[in-house]
Amino acid sequence: MHKLYTFLKYTFITLWTVFIVAPFLWAISTSFKDFQSVNSKVTYIPWLDFEPTLEGWRVLVKSPARGGVDIVEPYFNSIFVTCTASLISIILGTLAAYALSRFTFKAGFVRNNDITFFFISQRIMPPIVLSIPFFIFLSTIGLLDSLLGLIVVYIVLLMPIAVWIMVDFFNRVPKELDETALIDGCNPYQAFYKVVLPNSIPGLIVAGMFCIIFGWIDFFFAFILTFTEVQLLPVKVVALNSSITPWWSLSASALISVAPLIIVAFVVERYLSKGNLSGALK
Amino acid sequence: MNLIGKNITYKPDNQFHLNDVSFDFKKGNLYTILGRTLSGKTTFLKTIAGLLNPDTGELFFEDKDFSKIPVWERNVAMVYQQFINYPHLDVYENIIFPLKQRKLGEEQIKMDVEDALKTVGLVGFENRKIQELSGGQQQRVALARSLAKKAKILLLDEPLVNLDYKLREQLREEFKRIFSEGLSQDTILIYSTTDPQEVMELNGEVIVLHEGKVLQKGDAKEIFENPKNLKVAEISNDPPMNILRGNKSSDKLNFENISINLPAYLKDLKSQNYYFGIRASEIKLDKEGEEFEIELAEISGSETLLHLKKGNSKVIALIEEVMNFKIHEKVKVKFNENKFYVFNNNEELVSSPYGAHNG
Repeated sequence: MHKLYTFLKYTFITLWTVFIVAPFLWAISTSFKDFQSVNSKVTYIPWLDFEPTLEGWRVLVKSPARGGVDIVEPYFNSIFVTCTASLISIILGTLAAYALSRFTFKAGFVRNNDITFFFISQRIMPPIVLSIPFFIFLSTIGLLDSLLGLIVVYIVLLMPIAVWIMVDFFNRVPKELDETALIDGCNPYQAFYKVVLPNSIPGLIVAGMFCIIFGWIDFFFAFILTFTEVQLLPVKVVALNSSITPWWSLSASALISVAPLIIVAFVVERYLSKGNLSGALK
Repeated sequence: MNLIGKNITYKPDNQFHLNDVSFDFKKGNLYTILGRTLSGKTTFLKTIAGLLNPDTGELFFEDKDFSKIPVWERNVAMVYQQFINYPHLDVYENIIFPLKQRKLGEEQIKMDVEDALKTVGLVGFENRKIQELSGGQQQRVALARSLAKKAKILLLDEPLVNLDYKLREQLREEFKRIFSEGLSQDTILIYSTTDPQEVMELNGEVIVLHEGKVLQKGDAKEIFENPKNLKVAEISNDPPMNILRGNKSSDKLNFENISINLPAYLKDLKSQNYYFGIRASEIKLDKEGEEFEIELAEISGSETLLHLKKGNSKVIALIEEVMNFKIHEKVKVKFNENKFYVFNNNEELVSSPYGAHNG
């Protein structure tokens, strides 16, 4: 019985790994092909099956004659917008979440839980509903087609995630910890940044990771709120597509797009397993 | 120069957590708050700490209005029943945290921490992480932090309740030593607990709290020997005192199905109905006694608790050795007739074996 279980477990893990890794391998392989090797017969392994070329990668950096786009600037735009918006969302969201977790708010029938739900309800709406108001809003204040405008919009999108995660996290940090800090001579602000915050690092990392992921993968708002001045990576990658589909450069840009998230995931995983609250508080 | 509370009431959502509580705590003394869960003990301590603001009433310390001073300036220390330490700091950093907050000098801090660590027996654990410590050790860290602070008011909220039996016994012993050595003469120590035995052993001034109300104040012996009413008698005994409805006739105490020879100290009692209280430890196995049926037998530590039944009369007997009984087995037990407490129909103490008489 035990053996069967082990067997099934490893079979499943193997299948799942193949499911996750295969597209990456395929993309890596394809990114080194050219028109010829893609359109002839089915091939997989460089040097053995086909002659590898760096053409797919090269067209992403400079725009040569045929079918290339420069993704360097959009790449750094994306990093800048995502990181700035995530950072601001985390700061504001953490403060809001702490208040929602520790203090009681009453306004008519509205209570803390309603406020928390109000935040997350922003994400329940389909983005298309928000597109026109955002467009009009940004064009009114003159931030259409600018990095700042995108940051503003992304904060609106990302802060609810930060609030939602951090409220849940703070609710699991016992109130007695704050109280002990107050008794030990901290005023409420010191209690927050000297005691509560250092113990919330795992929560902050999770919230930060979600903000970065959701900010990084957004195509929709980047598409409708920018034109020529500023472009973000997802929009630019789509521009690669012309009369022929350049699978090689699409694969290369896909790999480049995913790279930051993979790095973030590895770093975060390390941190998450290190820091936890268990054992510290009964 | 005392800690004085006057008519303190706290009732959020119209539920009394504290109901007209008054007290006068003197420096250098130990006060124990005895009460069941939800009796308002924690609220009481939090009010003194300043974490809660009472709805009405006044609180004075050293002739100053305490309610005007925020928590972080009150110079109190508190140990919770949960083991609350700062998980991101190691043992040493935990203990110096309040001292650094008060901006004491390096030398002073070092000495204070060493003293505190010595008192609680954690020397050598300075650089351990909180997560690596056992529950008992975590609670020692919390205690050390409170001691090192040299607060003028030290609050301990059921500090032993989350520890296992063995450790509780051990730490309780140590508490007596710590309280006599580790505290200066101008500290007010307030200790809350549900366990009557802790109260007896700590032997301080006792306040019995029930549903936010102070039922009785007095030293431990007084509470034990002369519980003012039925409720106090129940709260101050573990297992709770057995209460039997019965009447007194000229030469007997009569309960349902049982009658007992009238002890000498109850001779002058008016013949009428009363509540009679007897401690579980005063009911002994005896071949001459009354026959009861065992409903449940629990072994705890070196004692056996017997839940006994005869007709509608139910009592609990505490046998001071480990014995095996079968459920529904019949045993004979004898009540020690010289240890009956008598309460009148208003549930107030009328007579105690130790000689209180209220009429």
